[in-house]
Amino acid sequence: MEKFQFGVEPVTCHAWNKDRTEIAVSLNSNEVKIYKKNGTKYECIHTLSEHTQRVTSIDWAPNSNKIVSCGTDRNAYVWTLNGNNTWKPSLVILRINRAATFVKWSPLENKFAVGSGARLVSVCYFEQENDWWVSKHIKKPIRSTVTCLDWHSNNILLATGSTDFKARVFSAYIKEIEDKPTATPWGKKMTFGILMAEFGQSSDGGWIHSVCFNKSGDLLAWVGHDSCVNIVNAVNEMKVTKLKTNFLPFLTVMWTGPQSLVTAGHDCELLLFRVDNSTNISFIKKLGEANKQTESKMSAMDMFRGMDKKASTAKDTTKSSVHQNSITCMSIHTGDKENTTKLTTSGNDGLMVTWNYKSLEAAAGDMKI
Amino acid sequence: MAKSSQSRQFRKVNVDEFDENNFVDDVVEDGQTGPDEGEVTNLLNAKKNTEALKVVLANRPVGGGHQLQAKALQLAVRVLSVYRSNEIEAAVKSLSKDEIDTLMKYIYEGFAEPTDKSCGILLSWHEKAFAEGGVGSIVRVLTDRKSV
Repeated sequence: MEKFQFGVEPVTCHAWNKDRTEIAVSLNSNEVKIYKKNGTKYECIHTLSEHTQRVTSIDWAPNSNKIVSCGTDRNAYVWTLNGNNTWKPSLVILRINRAATFVKWSPLENKFAVGSGARLVSVCYFEQENDWWVSKHIKKPIRSTVTCLDWHSNNILLATGSTDFKARVFSAYIKEIEDKPTATPWGKKMTFGILMAEFGQSSDGGWIHSVCFNKSGDLLAWVGHDSCVNIVNAVNEMKVTKLKTNFLPFLTVMWTGPQSLVTAGHDCELLLFRVDNSTNISFIKKLGEANKQTESKMSAMDMFRGMDKKASTAKDTTKSSVHQNSITCMSIHTGDKENTTKLTTSGNDGLMVTWNYKSLEAAAGDMKI
Repeated sequence: MAKSSQSRQFRKVNVDEFDENNFVDDVVEDGQTGPDEGEVTNLLNAKKNTEALKVVLANRPVGGGHQLQAKALQLAVRVLSVYRSNEIEAAVKSLSKDEIDTLMKYIYEGFAEPTDKSCGILLSWHEKAFAEGGVGSIVRVLTDRKSV
């Protein structure tokens, strides 16, 4: 496990470059900062300041080495590294009238999708003749802010989660730049913007915080503010399974193996779930619990000093988890959705942690009932 | 001045109805009756407390009008107050995860409209329900939009 504290500011989001030597973060401000790994430390080497308001999401395309960022100023910028080692922004016209909330490159990196408070998703692609990023809108039937997105591995389908409590799968097929897609378990007809599937009732559940396709793209997992983990299986007649958990709401979910799912959120910890062949979900274990020492007995003097200084009689107010505040962003450091070996999380405590996921999972495997 | 310009009739038009982007909530189905009071009373008289509790939990009315919901809450509190404090834990343990969530919803609704002694009873139920359902079930009370 490696830890790095960026500062006191919360980390809104992070994105790694291809070889994991540099990381782009937004520290709850209008700037995107790029840190380079130097031993166990990270040094800020670039500050990208083009946004005028808070940056909400960043994604770094591994192969084309382009960064896309979006913010509450309703803009997105695609950043490219030019010859003299500076990042050059190019504005993307999203045509939205509310904040952009989430951005993600497609697997082939020829387009990206931006979710926004304007109840739509802008799918953006590069138009050669105009030398310009253009956007197309997916509007219907989104009824509220789009909070999260994930691309299917076929580069066409797009999963969205929004604050109308619904997870949806859309086609984001752009005929100008792509060949006609082949049929998937989600459906055959894939004209742009068509709704392939929709899950969740608007009265049951909570805001969706995160959606994630598995590697093959046949399973979609999502988590919301109702502390539930949901999975739908497109191969098995869109069967939805839901696990109600005893924890605080999850903010992010990630497939880490063919049958493993990791969530993190307001509990400040990584939680491992197992998904069996009939997509039943079961909770396995909290990963990486820091073994906090049992509290030693407090002297009366300590108690009164604590009451006087901090208005509390507790000796130690830190949480037993590694993160001391909500985990807001999780990404795969090494491996892929089928076989993750390292995970990176960042949270509101300004901390970034890289976990040796393989060994943590192996330790949990021993405890399996 | 022309009479029509003084008309205030237009003020009664709800303009939001004509906004096509307006958020429309899912309609809740009509014809909900809530838990059957007679059945619950019979079960309570037959000392089948847990069955009575399950009937109340299975038939929680959602969006069926304030009167119906108040009645269901009253009935739920009645069932909950039948239990002796040492029986509560076993009763909660016999419930499914969904039933514990519903129980939690009744408990918080009960807190919102307290009567003489209901809060003490509800608090002891809350303690046991929390031990089983964790913070997750409280979070689901908060996120549930089908309030009573």
